[in-house]
Amino acid sequence: MNEIKIYERPKAWAEGVHTHYCPGCGHGILHRLICEIIDELGIQNDTIGTAPVGCAALMYDYIDVDFCEAAHGRAPALATGIKRTRPDKIVFTYQGDGDLASIGTAEIIHVANRGEKLTTVFINNAIYGMTGGQMAPTTLIGQKATTCPFGRDPELAGYPMRMCEMLATLETPGFITRVSVARPKYIIEAKKAIKKAFQNQIEGKGYSFVEVLSNCPTNWGMTPVQAFEWTESTMIPHYPLGVFKDFK
Amino acid sequence: MAKGRINVLEEYCKSCGLCVEACPVKVLRISDHINSKGYRPVEQFKEGCIACKMCATMCPDAAIEVYKIEEKQ
Amino acid sequence: MARVLMKGTEAIAEAAIQAGCKYFFGYPITPQNEIPEYMSGKLPKIGGAYVQAESEVAAINMVMGGGSTGTRIMTTSSSPGISLMSEGISYIAGCEIPAVIVNVMRGGPGLGGILPSQADYFQSTKGGGNGDYRLLVLAPSTLQEAVELTQEAFDLAEKYRNPVMILADGFMGQMMEAVEIKEHVSGDLPPREPWALGCMGERGSKRSILKSLYLNPEDLEKHNIKLQKKYREMDKEVRSESYLCDDAEILVAAFGTTARIARSAINNLRKEGIRIGMVRPITLYPFPTQTIRDLASSLKHVLVVEMNMGQMLEDVQTAVCGKAPVSFFGHAGGIAPSVKEIEDRVRSIL
Repeated sequence: MNEIKIYERPKAWAEGVHTHYCPGCGHGILHRLICEIIDELGIQNDTIGTAPVGCAALMYDYIDVDFCEAAHGRAPALATGIKRTRPDKIVFTYQGDGDLASIGTAEIIHVANRGEKLTTVFINNAIYGMTGGQMAPTTLIGQKATTCPFGRDPELAGYPMRMCEMLATLETPGFITRVSVARPKYIIEAKKAIKKAFQNQIEGKGYSFVEVLSNCPTNWGMTPVQAFEWTESTMIPHYPLGVFKDFK
Repeated sequence: MAKGRINVLEEYCKSCGLCVEACPVKVLRISDHINSKGYRPVEQFKEGCIACKMCATMCPDAAIEVYKIEEKQ
Repeated sequence: MARVLMKGTEAIAEAAIQAGCKYFFGYPITPQNEIPEYMSGKLPKIGGAYVQAESEVAAINMVMGGGSTGTRIMTTSSSPGISLMSEGISYIAGCEIPAVIVNVMRGGPGLGGILPSQADYFQSTKGGGNGDYRLLVLAPSTLQEAVELTQEAFDLAEKYRNPVMILADGFMGQMMEAVEIKEHVSGDLPPREPWALGCMGERGSKRSILKSLYLNPEDLEKHNIKLQKKYREMDKEVRSESYLCDDAEILVAAFGTTARIARSAINNLRKEGIRIGMVRPITLYPFPTQTIRDLASSLKHVLVVEMNMGQMLEDVQTAVCGKAPVSFFGHAGGIAPSVKEIEDRVRSIL
């Protein structure tokens, strides 16, 4: 008998660290995918990340590349300054829905519109996780959160924002896609999309934006398995998966 | 069908159960011992792993290593 | 470069370029628009980049990003714009990233007006953003000095890994004077600092993390103590000009444009036999406390003149420490104190 190891922890995942994420949180899956991609593309020494404000604020402890902390919502501007001064490096932002679709709305629209040659990974879990489960711009109609205890009412809070669709209206060429990490079949597609987004940078193409439908078992009040079932059954119908733009 | 096995890095496992759900051949379960963080790590409790990596693909903590077993000719 | 007649804003822009600044991130606001305009024409030609940000909020974060790679970076704005940048300035200071920020001050509060003012003294020297941080604040009073301080600001920012602010006002920005701008003033720039992002390979695959987040209170206190130690080291950069102070009984304290006006008043009053002099702080932070304190016991009166309602006044009072009476004369709203007004005020003190 001969055993071949066909999966192990990625090298870009900082050695020996335990993440602070809740059990079953999609952040861990996404971090792992990014690490796998960094390994596969051989870009660990050449990647610069920007850490957001939110649950992933400490992601620099987990992904072993150069990092700069961003103020809430400002990662696209920060990354613009990094990429413009180091166009030879691979620069990415990693932002949640409060960070990207609320406080950082101006920054995300303009980074895409300028066609900055960098990558954004946008984690949409329809809630503010770090602050304890408040309503996000992406919270679904009827979904309860601590600041919409009766469920999101469009009369009061408007409708959940579809960022991919909004950004895809911009004339500037770019790669804009929505994926999920709710099940292995989606994760395989998510990895392909994020890898393509990083490769676009290596090829000197413009801006790449990957929205990832994730979960928040803790603030949704569900088990991890139930939470990803909800992502699939309730989020995906409102936020359809697919490619919205691909440099055309 | 390929044959395989998994090695759980128990200290990283948070007992979320996503791998148990993802396993197409249902050879995983939450164990009844605890790690130093207080979680019950997942375990492969029977033969039949097909080395499909679905568990590792799903794991948010990169706590699963997957081995493919090749029978010697 | 030979002495040429230049507008203040353009002189500051060219001085920065000659100090090795190839990247500029900004947003239009009166009265400093000639700086981004100048940069947008020049930087692309020298292999740099000008980015017009979507807001001052974004501009300062682009500055933070550019600074994080160990690159010489500048932005310029005017008072309400600096307010918007204050969040980013706090992060830049907390993450210890070098950057040069020019504030061509206009009147406030709020939208205020577009005429010259010095009403951002508190904002620049005592915070603006959140947390215990300090900027090195340089206040030129001639265009030649503005040019030299702008160039030096890049060296100071790198030396202390700290943002440096040039505090100018609308007069400084809009006036024209003959200036000589030293070319290539810092020589060939040294290789990027060891902490700079993008140099992980050069560090032998050891990464660099620039952050201000310390969730453990002991770690955050340690970080703050380290910053304070640095600010105390910055104290040695203190500088001021003492004008006719040796026999002075009356001391005027003024900075920037106001000091130019006060100088004319002092020259006139000296002709009347009044023993009057001036201390002109060139660094507003660190403040030349000791220089003023050393003079204080021989003074009959200290008059602080500013284009605001009395801000540097508080630092002068601290410096004088009760050894002489301190009074204030100023204007707000974009009105500069006139030479005659200052003379009359001094005569009324006597």
